[in-house]
Amino acid sequence: MHKLLTDDPGQKMLLLGNEAIARGAIEAGVAFATTYPGTPSSEISLNLFEISQESDLYFEYSTNEKVALEVAAAAANSGLRTFCMMKHVGVNVAADPLMTLAYVGVKGGLVILTADDPFMFSSQNEQDNRYYAKLSGLPMIEPSSVDEAKELIPYAFDLSEKLQEPVLFRTTTRVNHSTGVVTLGKMRPRVTKGGFGKDPFNYVTVPAISRKLHVKLLKNIEKAEELSEKSEYNFTKGDGKWGIICNGVSYNYAADAVTELNLSEKVKILRIGFSHPMPKQKITNFLKGCEKALVIEEGEPYMEEAVRAFAQEAGLTLPIKGKDKELFSQLYEFDPAMVRGKIAKYFGLPYTPPAVVNLSDVPEIPQRPPNLCAGCSHRATFYEIRRAAKELGMPTIHPTDIGCYTLGFMPPLSMGDFLICMGSSVSTSCGFSKATDKKVISFIGDSTFFHSGITGLVNAIYNNHNFTLVILENGITAMTGHQPHPGVDMANFSLSGYGRISIEELVKGLGVKHITLIKPYRVEKSVEAIKEALNYKGVSVIISQEMCTLYAKSLKKLKARPFYVSDKCKNHRDCINEIGCPAFFIEGEKVRIDPVSCVGCMLCAQICPEKAILPVKSEK
Amino acid sequence: MDITRLIIVAVGGQGNLLSSRVLGEAALLSGVPVRMSEIHGMAQRGGVVESAIVFGDAESTIISDGEADLLVGFEPSETLRALNKCNSKTVVITNLSPLPPFTVAIGKGKYPDLNKVQELIRAKTSKLIAFDAVALAKEAGNVLGVNMVLLGALAQTGILPLAVDNIKETISTRTKKAFAEVNLKAFDLGFAAAGIA
Repeated sequence: MHKLLTDDPGQKMLLLGNEAIARGAIEAGVAFATTYPGTPSSEISLNLFEISQESDLYFEYSTNEKVALEVAAAAANSGLRTFCMMKHVGVNVAADPLMTLAYVGVKGGLVILTADDPFMFSSQNEQDNRYYAKLSGLPMIEPSSVDEAKELIPYAFDLSEKLQEPVLFRTTTRVNHSTGVVTLGKMRPRVTKGGFGKDPFNYVTVPAISRKLHVKLLKNIEKAEELSEKSEYNFTKGDGKWGIICNGVSYNYAADAVTELNLSEKVKILRIGFSHPMPKQKITNFLKGCEKALVIEEGEPYMEEAVRAFAQEAGLTLPIKGKDKELFSQLYEFDPAMVRGKIAKYFGLPYTPPAVVNLSDVPEIPQRPPNLCAGCSHRATFYEIRRAAKELGMPTIHPTDIGCYTLGFMPPLSMGDFLICMGSSVSTSCGFSKATDKKVISFIGDSTFFHSGITGLVNAIYNNHNFTLVILENGITAMTGHQPHPGVDMANFSLSGYGRISIEELVKGLGVKHITLIKPYRVEKSVEAIKEALNYKGVSVIISQEMCTLYAKSLKKLKARPFYVSDKCKNHRDCINEIGCPAFFIEGEKVRIDPVSCVGCMLCAQICPEKAILPVKSEK
Repeated sequence: MDITRLIIVAVGGQGNLLSSRVLGEAALLSGVPVRMSEIHGMAQRGGVVESAIVFGDAESTIISDGEADLLVGFEPSETLRALNKCNSKTVVITNLSPLPPFTVAIGKGKYPDLNKVQELIRAKTSKLIAFDAVALAKEAGNVLGVNMVLLGALAQTGILPLAVDNIKETISTRTKKAFAEVNLKAFDLGFAAAGIA
């Protein structure tokens, strides 16, 4: 049995934040769950996917976040408790349904989780999705810790059903990827079959109906504000004339600072866990008892703006600060010592920062950036594209996309010139090829292609653009931890009853006239085929097919056959300088291959000018 | 209860996350409050994996620069890189078997001299326990047992608010059954090595 299905209320379990959230969904009786995976949210859905295989929970990996939310909207409006989770930038993709779903509302509870990523540990931006609550008018819940995250999920579902509106649930990486002790609660039984009551004059959002629905939404926001005022998750701790208003993990750092600075009789903290609508009266009353106030929040001054507005309305003139050159930045994540230092500074307390050891005489340590795995097929494809373009004398631009292969932008491969969001490789290729004279060769993974690359390719065919799109088909969503996608053989997951879409047929169906399939581990053959595709005027597509090495390993489909560098090596070092596989290392000025890392992809063996790289067994 | 802050740094694939998991479970078993954090995702592709574990009465799950009581490094250059987490009272444990980053192979940087690494850490912190954990893992029967060797060394310092028996019990119940015996042997070898290092 899955550990998150343990039916033992009161039992304490050590859980990752994302496991705690999945458990919260189980305790809330969630019957229907949809997602597109994205760090730092991915383990929530991974657990629900596993649980769905041994229970009547319906779970799907949807094609993208917009699809996930639309599927969820229908389930929730059929009365089912529905959970839809994504990373913060996924909400941008789902923003279209989100804004109008707020007008329409829901019947069964719908919680939409947005996993924000301050510091961008694994994201392209650090946008603050609290503004989506304000923009859509939907309630927002924000936990500070792992155990609270579990507790707040059922609360959010109750809230959603009370208001008949979706509820946004915002986490940050330090909640998702922290681990803590959680006390299991009761599991509410799942209701897995619903009914849809036809009511087109409330469900079909033509202008005349939406005008009415917007009125309803505003009334719901008022109701939500009353609930936010009364919510036990907007609580005050401590007492004193100095006030701190904080949310999320900032609360942890502030609470620890108050203890460490011995301020429990001088400072009171207002922790905001129900952050939209902000509890105006509660905040105003809090400020009335303060001589000065400090707002501590990662990201944008979302709370600070509200707090200042409430103070102005109540005629309060106490100093209020938050985002400030001397205090808190909108950049990156906070940490305990930084918050402690700023609290001391703002309230004028003596403070000695932690005595970090003197690092001035520590030599520069070589960087250890993330790299494509040893034997990753993307490396072979990138090498072959580079060589083919070079041999044809083509100056190139390489729009790239979001996945492991983004790492191909690093030297020595240097295959990646422009990236803004999922799917942008294809559409930006349209722009670059029209606006410049360079040959545009772009890269997109299979999962990302399904997510949002297809519409760009339709555009390219329709508007008669001229570029080569390389679809890296490795048969899995690799970067986020090997989730399936519409092109995956679900037999690999021992699951049946799924469809499977062939990228080749799909691309053919879209009207692409030049399609090339390559097996990237066959270097010479691939380079020749790529050259032909690059010479084609119009849209050509290269589909590079080879299973993700890590995934193949996990399926036991990969029999590693390591190679070694024999005495024939004359130290040209093409292997290191051209492909940079992490299995190489230098020993006494000679290139060596780590037999544990090497999987035997044979890319280096094929490009070595001396043919000096040989399979290990031939050594005997 | 008093707060003990531990940082573990490793290279992706060295089993850092399992060792923090063992310590977290051992804390739960011992009734010691524990909070941990780690970074997943892109950083794991051959990059550095850092775990922070906070024992005792704190709300925070991360550890600021200069505030670690203990630093455990699975790889010597990574131990040195994490020195910003230390202060003069920090106790540092490091494996001495290097895994040079790929950047060294392509000529972008020079791997630091191991004696120099130890000399620097020893001069700046209260204590350095350094030994070849890979050799001990091999001796125990599994080269991947470096994490268990270092857990043994960590337990030997007596700084963690955890009973050694609770850590060992967690290793036998929470690591794969086939490896439990080898893991416990690795733990004991690390424990003994830290006593004489």
